[in-house]
Amino acid sequence: MTTNNNFQWRRDRDGLGVWEHRGKVAIAGYGHSPVDRRWDGENLDTSLGAYTILACEKAMEQAGVTKDQVDGIVCCDSHIAGGSGGSASNWAPRPYFDPPYDSEYGITLINAQWLINSMGFKNVKFAPTGVPTIGEMVGMASQAVGDGVCNTCLVIYPTGNLEGRYRRGGENADDYARGVRQWTVPWGNHGGNDFINIFPHNQYCLKYGGEHDDLAPFVINQHKNGMLTPWGFNYNHGIEPISVEDYKTSRYILNPLRIWDCDRPVNASVAYLFTTSERAQDMKSQPVYVLNHSQHNFRFRTTQPDLDEVEMWTDRQAARMYEGAGLGPADVDIFNPYDGYAIMTQFFLEGFQWHGVKRGDAFAFYAGDISVKGPHPFFSSGGNLGNGRTRSAMYTDSIEQLRGTAGDRQVTVRAETALCAFTTPSSGGWLMLGKYPS
Amino acid sequence: MPKVIPVSDELSQPFWDAVNERRLVLQNCTACDKLQYPPQAACQVCNSGDRLEWKEVEGKGHVATYIVIEDGRLNRRMPDQPYNLALVTLDEDPTVNFYSNLPGVPAYQAPVGAAVELTFEEVAPGQLIHEWRVME
Repeated sequence: MTTNNNFQWRRDRDGLGVWEHRGKVAIAGYGHSPVDRRWDGENLDTSLGAYTILACEKAMEQAGVTKDQVDGIVCCDSHIAGGSGGSASNWAPRPYFDPPYDSEYGITLINAQWLINSMGFKNVKFAPTGVPTIGEMVGMASQAVGDGVCNTCLVIYPTGNLEGRYRRGGENADDYARGVRQWTVPWGNHGGNDFINIFPHNQYCLKYGGEHDDLAPFVINQHKNGMLTPWGFNYNHGIEPISVEDYKTSRYILNPLRIWDCDRPVNASVAYLFTTSERAQDMKSQPVYVLNHSQHNFRFRTTQPDLDEVEMWTDRQAARMYEGAGLGPADVDIFNPYDGYAIMTQFFLEGFQWHGVKRGDAFAFYAGDISVKGPHPFFSSGGNLGNGRTRSAMYTDSIEQLRGTAGDRQVTVRAETALCAFTTPSSGGWLMLGKYPS
Repeated sequence: MPKVIPVSDELSQPFWDAVNERRLVLQNCTACDKLQYPPQAACQVCNSGDRLEWKEVEGKGHVATYIVIEDGRLNRRMPDQPYNLALVTLDEDPTVNFYSNLPGVPAYQAPVGAAVELTFEEVAPGQLIHEWRVME
């Protein structure tokens, strides 16, 4: 039932033209599980597996789809708690539980086959293995539905978190650096996106004249938006908004990167239901339409990407997305890029020139009115910083904004198109959504 | 405290062998005349695998920028915190860069823009790594 993902579906090159399925694929439903800081290791009703099943059920319910109608499942084989080292890695060697929690699957890992078995999907004909993260999964599902490989496809993204400090074990506890780590780890770089982006960010400040703490208004606004997002971590756990002083006195991780610049790992799951635009017309909830998707995986030219590379990469991402959607910067109403680390977001904002922001202008833009009720409702979801590291807020908020169901977060400007992503400057993917198919 | 020890592989063995002889050698594509670091199986410009040769470089560079690691994830380096991690560009080709802890420079005091020169540091018996020292 599962098949290898051969990556031929990707739109990962320049100059591909308008997407052949523009407006012919839709998202008809979504479902969020509760968002916990960690799984407690005891309650199977709040395990990653249980939360994933719940998210799938909610997405199908919102779309008015039954399990028998689902013929595609796109689920990544692993997630951030797996294979990343540290005590928050595998459940083993602790004893497992009764089925379906009798292996890592359901606890620290989820994949399509586990869901098929656990939920009893009987008609799935598309369930690829080797699936990348949500930034590409949404494109993969869009292409599969557009190509007719399947026509009612669940996209599932589980993000797990167990006890223990994040990624402090495994290879990070090793005295030796193997593989690509031999080029970074001896000097102290463990190889994450915090390191990858902090150096270009410093170069950005040097080149354009800002300073790191100019990010404060952006980070604070992410928290404000998170407080307006009922399916996020902050909203449900009483996380207090932060002030400029809170931000500027917060501790450093990789100075100048502060703790508030980093997202909060959580235990949660999300599901989206993709289908054809034609079928979506008869479903229960208002569809939003996929106008384009694209992916990228740019190769580093040397040890550490610099500002020139990052700006070139994000320029190319923008060009691909705008070309494929047949739209330009002025056409994009909702803009939900990525903020796993606050230091990377300005590269996307300027690369896509949302609301006319050009290179070097982001900090001045952040200092203006970027609230959801203002003229420039930047990152209306609150992103990871405002909702926890589900990497899905950008997608769900975009859907809600286009539907007009974002509640207290609903923007007051036009909301007919939305750009959303889980991406870093070097790798990931984008999705352009529309309220209308054309 | 000791640094994490690099483990060479088939591709990187000549590089680390040279480092252990206190020389810095980089891949150079004879077709493109382009230096390449870290080593790769093929030239990243022309994708040629059989035109790559090892070329010793002079070992002069500049500090492009730096951070201070205050709460890193590497167990072996935690006693060193806070410590500098600088980005050093190679003078012979500034698109090639290296990391450096800038030995001898106190944390938070790395001189951005300063000239640096190659040095070596022993991280395990018989295993050196390349480092960069600020020039007076």
